[in-house]
Amino acid sequence: MRRSVAIRLGLFIVATLVSLVYLAPTFVHDLPPWWSSFLPTDRIHLGLDLQGGSHLLLEVKVEKAIENNVERIKADLTNVLRDRGISGVSVERVQGTQIQLKVPAASVERVRGLLKSDFANLTVVNTQASGGTTEFFLTLSKEEIRSLRDYAVDQSLETIRNRIDQFGVSEPVIQREGQQEILIQLPGIQDPERAKEIIGKTALLEFKLVDDTVNVEEALRNGPPPGRQILYGYAGKGEGGVGGDKTPYVVESRTLMTGEYITDARVRPSSQLQGPYVELILNSTGARLFEQITAANVKRRLAIVLDNRVYSAPVIQERIGGGRASITGSFDIKEARDLAIVLRAGALPAPVEIIEERSVGPSLGSDSIRQGIISFVVGISLVIVFMIIYYRGAGVLADVALVFHILFLLAILAAFKAVLTLPGIAGIVLIAGMAVDANVLINERIREELRAGRAPRSAVEAGYQHALPAIIDTNVTTFLSGLILFQFGTGPIKGFAVTLCIGILTTVITAVYMTRIYYDYRMATRKLTRISI
Amino acid sequence: MELIKPGLNIAFTKYRHIAVVLSTIVNLLVLVLLFTQGPRLGVDFAGGTVVQLKFQQKVSVPEIRAALGQLGTGDTVIQDFGQEGSNEFLVRLEKTSVEIGALGEQLRAGLSKRFGPNGFEIRRIESVGPKVGKELRERGAWSVMAATVMMGIYIWFRFELRFGIGAVIALIHDVLVTIGALMLGHYEFDLTIIAALLTIVGFSVNDTVIVCDRIRENMRKIRRETLEGIINMSINETLSRTIITTGTAIMVLLALFALGGGVIRPFAFALLVGFFSGVYSTIFIASPVILLWEKGAVKRKSIAEGGVQKSEVRAKHTPTK
Repeated sequence: MRRSVAIRLGLFIVATLVSLVYLAPTFVHDLPPWWSSFLPTDRIHLGLDLQGGSHLLLEVKVEKAIENNVERIKADLTNVLRDRGISGVSVERVQGTQIQLKVPAASVERVRGLLKSDFANLTVVNTQASGGTTEFFLTLSKEEIRSLRDYAVDQSLETIRNRIDQFGVSEPVIQREGQQEILIQLPGIQDPERAKEIIGKTALLEFKLVDDTVNVEEALRNGPPPGRQILYGYAGKGEGGVGGDKTPYVVESRTLMTGEYITDARVRPSSQLQGPYVELILNSTGARLFEQITAANVKRRLAIVLDNRVYSAPVIQERIGGGRASITGSFDIKEARDLAIVLRAGALPAPVEIIEERSVGPSLGSDSIRQGIISFVVGISLVIVFMIIYYRGAGVLADVALVFHILFLLAILAAFKAVLTLPGIAGIVLIAGMAVDANVLINERIREELRAGRAPRSAVEAGYQHALPAIIDTNVTTFLSGLILFQFGTGPIKGFAVTLCIGILTTVITAVYMTRIYYDYRMATRKLTRISI
Repeated sequence: MELIKPGLNIAFTKYRHIAVVLSTIVNLLVLVLLFTQGPRLGVDFAGGTVVQLKFQQKVSVPEIRAALGQLGTGDTVIQDFGQEGSNEFLVRLEKTSVEIGALGEQLRAGLSKRFGPNGFEIRRIESVGPKVGKELRERGAWSVMAATVMMGIYIWFRFELRFGIGAVIALIHDVLVTIGALMLGHYEFDLTIIAALLTIVGFSVNDTVIVCDRIRENMRKIRRETLEGIINMSINETLSRTIITTGTAIMVLLALFALGGGVIRPFAFALLVGFFSGVYSTIFIASPVILLWEKGAVKRKSIAEGGVQKSEVRAKHTPTK
C-alpha cells in the first residue's frame, strides 16, 4: 500500500514538474539563457481572435483555369491546322470547356488523323455530319481536368505563399482546404485590406496591341469587330472605376505575351516627368519575344493589361531590346510596391475569391483576454468556495485537484502547440465547473455509504468504486460531443473543442486518481477513522 | 452541508403526465417558431458582414448611420454591443466585404470624416460568403443531430435501449428549449451557438447517465419494487448530485455570462438554459420515457399472453451480469 502511494505520488510530482517546465515560457518573461538550450520555449499559442490578425478563406475558381487551358488548346489547334494547310475549318470554344470544330467533308479524315496524333489529350464526345460539314465536339479527359484543377489550386497556393512572404508576415498559415479552397491566417497584421489586395489579385499581365483603325465610339455602340475586344483603363485610384474616369480601348484579342517571362519587378521612384513606375526585367526568352514584338509593331500602341485593366498603352517608338519593360500609370508609391510584389510572385493560374474573412484588431484581442481571465478567476473562485462550504475537507481536496487540473490542461495546450482562442478560454472556465463533478459524485457516494453505517475506510473505497462507472460514462459522453465539435468547427470553435476534450482527460486524472492518493496515504499511515466530508 | 436531505422521497413520476404535456407543447411551439419565423442567423450562417466599431466618445446609432453614408443604407443594421458605456457597436451588412470591395477603407473614410481619424477603431470584421454560410448551417445542424443520436447509442450500449431512447428524447427537448430561449432573447445563431448546443448535448446527458446508473443498481439490489418505485427512488437518491454537478457549471457560466464579453455572452446564455433544461428533462422526461417504454412493452406482451394486470408489473429485469 505504502509503496503504491509513493509511486503514484512520485508520478504526480513528475507530471507537475513537467507541466511547470512547459508553462514557464508562457508565464515567465525572461527565462535564463540556458533554458532555451534544452527546455521548451513555446508559449501557449493564441488564436487570431486573441492576438489579432486575419483569417481568410479563398476559393480558387478552377473552372476559369480549365477554360483558359481550353482557350490555349483552341489557339494551338488553329495554328496547327493552318500550318498543315487544312483550310475552311472553324474552331470555337462552346459550353465553357468544349471545343467545336466545323470541318468540310474533304478534310474530315485529315483532321481525324491530326487529332489522334497531335491532340491525344482531347476526347471526341460527339460528331455530327450535316450538309457537307462534320462537327466535332472535343473535351479534355477527366484525368486531365482533375490534374488541371489540382495544378490550379497548388500553383495558387505557391503563388500566394510567395506574395505573403514578400509582404512580410510572421508565422502565416497557408494551406489547402478541401477541393479548391485555400486557408490563410495572418497573425498580427495591421492592414488587412492591403493584404487582401495583394493576395486576391490574379496579376495576369498581358501585352496586347491597340487597334487604332477601329472607331472606339462605334465599337462601344455596336460591339467590337471579330478578333477585337474592348478593355478599359482607369485614371485615378480605385479598382472597378470607383471615382475614376474610364477610358475605353479597342485591342486585339490575341495576347502577344504574358507576364510568365518576368524574372523581377522593381519600383522606380517618381521623376519630374512621371510618378513612380514598375520596371519589369524579362528572362532571355521573354527578352527575345519582346524584341520581336516591338520590332514588328513600331509606331503602333502596345497596351499593358493587368487583370483586364489597361494600365498604359504607349506607342512603340522603336525596337526594344535588353529585356526591360515598364508599367506606368497613375499610382502612388505604395500601390507601385504592391504591384511589384504580385508581378514578382507571378500570376495566379485562376482567379480567387475571398469567401470568408475574419479580421480582429489587436486591441479587441487583449480586451478578450482580459475578460476571459476575469471570468475565469470569478467563476473558479465561486466553485472553490462552494466546494469548501459544501464538502469541507473533501471540498478542499477537490479544489486542490481542480488547481492541478488547470495546471495540466494549460501545460498540455502548451506542449502540443494547441491554439488558445476566446471560446477556448470559455471552455477552460466551463470545464472548471465540470471538473469538480467527479468529486461531487464520489463525495455523495461516500456520504451515502457513511449514512448506511459503513466505516470511513470502507465508505471511501466503496465511494470511489461505485462512482467510477458513472464518472467514466459522463466524461465519455462529453468527450464524444467535443470530438464532433472538433470535426465540425473552424478556428475559434476548434479551440473550444480542443480545451473541452483535453480538459476532460485531465479532470478524470486529477479528480479521481489524484484525490485517491490522499485517502490511500491516510489509510496507509494511520487508521482512517474520521473524514471531513 | 446538505442541500437535499437524505430520505427525501418525491414521487416525481406522478407528475409525468403534466410534464409530458407541458414539454410537448413547449417543444411544438419552438418547432413552429423555428419553421415559421426562423432563427435570426448571424453572418456565419446567413452570409454577409459584421463590423465591430469602438468609439472614443458617446455616439448614437443615427450618427453612425449618417457617417457610413452609402454603407449605412438599406438593410444595414447597427446595434449597441458590449457593456454599458463602452461605446461599441456592431454594424451588420448584407453583402460580403469582397462584394463591397475595400470595405475597411470605405468605413474608415466615412467615419474619419465625422468622428476624426482617431475617434474610432475598427475592432473586428467578419465576412462570410453565402455559399460558406449555407455549408456551415447544414454541417452545424447535422453535427448537433449526430451528437444527439450518438449519445443515445452510447447509453444503449452501456445500459439498455429504453434508457438510450429516454436520453435522446430528453436531449431533443433540451436542444429545442435552448433554441426557443435564444429566439425569445433575440440572440443570433452562429458557430458559437452550435458549439453551445453540442456542449449541452454532451453535458446534459450526464444527469441522465447518473440516474440510469442508479436505476440499474437499484434494479439489481431491490427485487420487490415496481419499476416506477425504483425510478422515483433513484431520482431522489441522485437528486443532490444532479443539482450540484449542474450547479457548479451554472456558477462558472454566470461568471462567463456577466463578465466574458459580447462574443461569449450568447454562448453562456445558451448553456445556462440548456443545463437547467437538462436537469428538468432528466427527471421529468427521460425517466418517464423509460417507464412508458416499459409499460408499452408489457402491454404488447400481455396482449400476446392473454392479459397481465398492470399493477403486477414488477421490476423483474435480470441484471446484465
